[in-house]
Amino acid sequence: MPPMIRREHDAERMLGEQFRAFRPADASAGRRDEAFTLFSEAGLPSRRIESWHYTDLRGLVREALPPAPEPDAATIEAARERLAAHAVPGAARVVVLDGTYRPELSDLSALSAGVTVTSVLDALSTGDLDAGLAAAQKLGQVESMLALNAAFLQGGAMIVVAPDTQAAAPIELVMLLSGRAPAATYDRSYVKVGDRASLTLVERHASLGDAKSLAATVLVAAVGDGASFEHLARIDGLGPQALHLGTTLIRLGADAKFEATTLVATGGVTRRQAYLEFVGENATAHLYGVSLLDGKSHADTTLIVTHTAAHCESRELFKHILDGEATGIYQGRVVVAPGAQKTDGKMLSKCVFLGDGANMYNKPELEIFADDVVCGHGATVGALDDDQLFYLRARGIPLREAQALLLEAFASEAIETVSVASVKDEMNDRVGEWLRQHGR
Amino acid sequence: MLEVRNLHVEVEGQKILRGLDLKVHPGEVAAIMGPNGSGKSTLSYVIAGREDYEVTDGEVLLDGENVLEMDPEERAAKGLFLAFQYPVEIPGVATMTFLKASVNAQRKSRGEPELSTPDFMRHVKQGAERLEVNPDMLKRPLNVGFSGGEKKRMEILQMALLEPRYGLLDETDSGLDIDALRIVSNGVNALRAANRGFLVITHYQRLLDYIKPDVVHIMSKGRIIKSGDAALALELEKNGYRDYVADAAA
Repeated sequence: MPPMIRREHDAERMLGEQFRAFRPADASAGRRDEAFTLFSEAGLPSRRIESWHYTDLRGLVREALPPAPEPDAATIEAARERLAAHAVPGAARVVVLDGTYRPELSDLSALSAGVTVTSVLDALSTGDLDAGLAAAQKLGQVESMLALNAAFLQGGAMIVVAPDTQAAAPIELVMLLSGRAPAATYDRSYVKVGDRASLTLVERHASLGDAKSLAATVLVAAVGDGASFEHLARIDGLGPQALHLGTTLIRLGADAKFEATTLVATGGVTRRQAYLEFVGENATAHLYGVSLLDGKSHADTTLIVTHTAAHCESRELFKHILDGEATGIYQGRVVVAPGAQKTDGKMLSKCVFLGDGANMYNKPELEIFADDVVCGHGATVGALDDDQLFYLRARGIPLREAQALLLEAFASEAIETVSVASVKDEMNDRVGEWLRQHGR
Repeated sequence: MLEVRNLHVEVEGQKILRGLDLKVHPGEVAAIMGPNGSGKSTLSYVIAGREDYEVTDGEVLLDGENVLEMDPEERAAKGLFLAFQYPVEIPGVATMTFLKASVNAQRKSRGEPELSTPDFMRHVKQGAERLEVNPDMLKRPLNVGFSGGEKKRMEILQMALLEPRYGLLDETDSGLDIDALRIVSNGVNALRAANRGFLVITHYQRLLDYIKPDVVHIMSKGRIIKSGDAALALELEKNGYRDYVADAAA
């Protein structure tokens, strides 16, 4: 494609200045320069790029927020207090605060044998990236925001599960923003699940304050042959001035199993995108999610699932409950490459409106280049089922309570596969709490 | 008493009920029989409060109080219960959760204290045993994957737990085999009481062998056109609806 003639955006110009000031004079400089050049060539994604049509960053990002400084002692103390209030029982905890990995806030004592966690900056400076992770990372090479993330990379975790290790203890990856002053954070974590190994990662994004923020967060995962990886993510309680861009890049080996559940219940603008590729046969991937949106919040779920290998199964199930003037977006693309015969793909996105001021854009797509596959997709937008409501009311359950029961059930379908009981309960409780806050 | 007076109902401009009058006294089992399309199910939905029906005239009085102005949940709390012809499947809502929500919502609406969990469980267990409802069903999502017979038994279990003043049974016998019919009928008969009435809507006399009616009404074209005792149902079984339908049309 010939380069588009593009006027430099104020934010892009500011990012250039910020990058020159930020760029550390260490071994990472060359890598960062290369990434920033890539970003500069493409610029902020705009509505002219189809997959960013509904989340136009050139329109949304008026000014580039400066990279968050290293957290000071008071911020670390505030984070410690917040963290103490919440923990996944039996889990090891990895904390990233304002983009940087904080060993002093992390607790790795529960880590299962065969699992290692190190700082991503250390890991990248001491050796080449694992080939599987490098391949997974490439899935996102068309995304300019990933190049920006690489240029400004502040920190994150390198998580490695040795082959044949069943990590009984989940790893909680907490991404906290201090939210004291307007700032941008750029973190990236890697998860390598060795052959026949297994891991559950509980990712949580939250903010201690309401200052304007841009969080560009990336998770790269390589799941080995016969391995299984469960990824549970919750983006919750970010303020109306938050812009959260979360990308997951994941590559699945033969007979691998991937289960993902994402709960988005937050203000501001959220984009969760996942690139997933099946590179070995007989693997399965289930991607589920719930979005609870109100006010003027905007949440975009974009999935690109590529079946390169034959005999794999993909399932996507996303539920959206929208109130106020919120905007929900679901873009799911399933690509079946030539030769990926016997692919079994099903995608469903369902939305319920609580009021009449909200908007939902549902865009499921199938691109199929193989002839012996079973693929389907569906999308619904609307209100609750009248027959179900009447049935409950005819049993004496008042309208609001009946609606709440049905909405909780609606959301819980996308939560039911979560294997960690405490996380599952918390997600369901959060749905109930959100519904009560919205008069249901 | 449950009394329907001169009820006229339309659906999308179509007249379904045309001046229906009916009384069900406490302690009475009244059966309504009639051919397809006579408006039997419409009558039960209108009494229970379904919104898709337009009542153009008439009243439905529960002990003298017109229920047509009430929400369905209010009618339920006042003691009206509709056993659905097609019980609705509700994925994601465990049957037990639903039962507890409905029992306690009605108690709350009447100003009674909510049942404690142990009391409630005991109550459910007794009812479930009588209706041969497998306790595992109570953990499953409401009506999801239940057989036709299981759904109908679940309806009667709900009626037993909610102890209504009047039970409306809308073709509860449809889709039941003989064993299920016996179980369901026994469940209904166990609830017969001096202060409770039933309106049993059915196509077939067979159900009335199990649930003996005190009075039988024949409905056609939106009205009750003949009433009698249990013998009327037997006569219908022999001669069909033909005579009555012709009468009504005249």
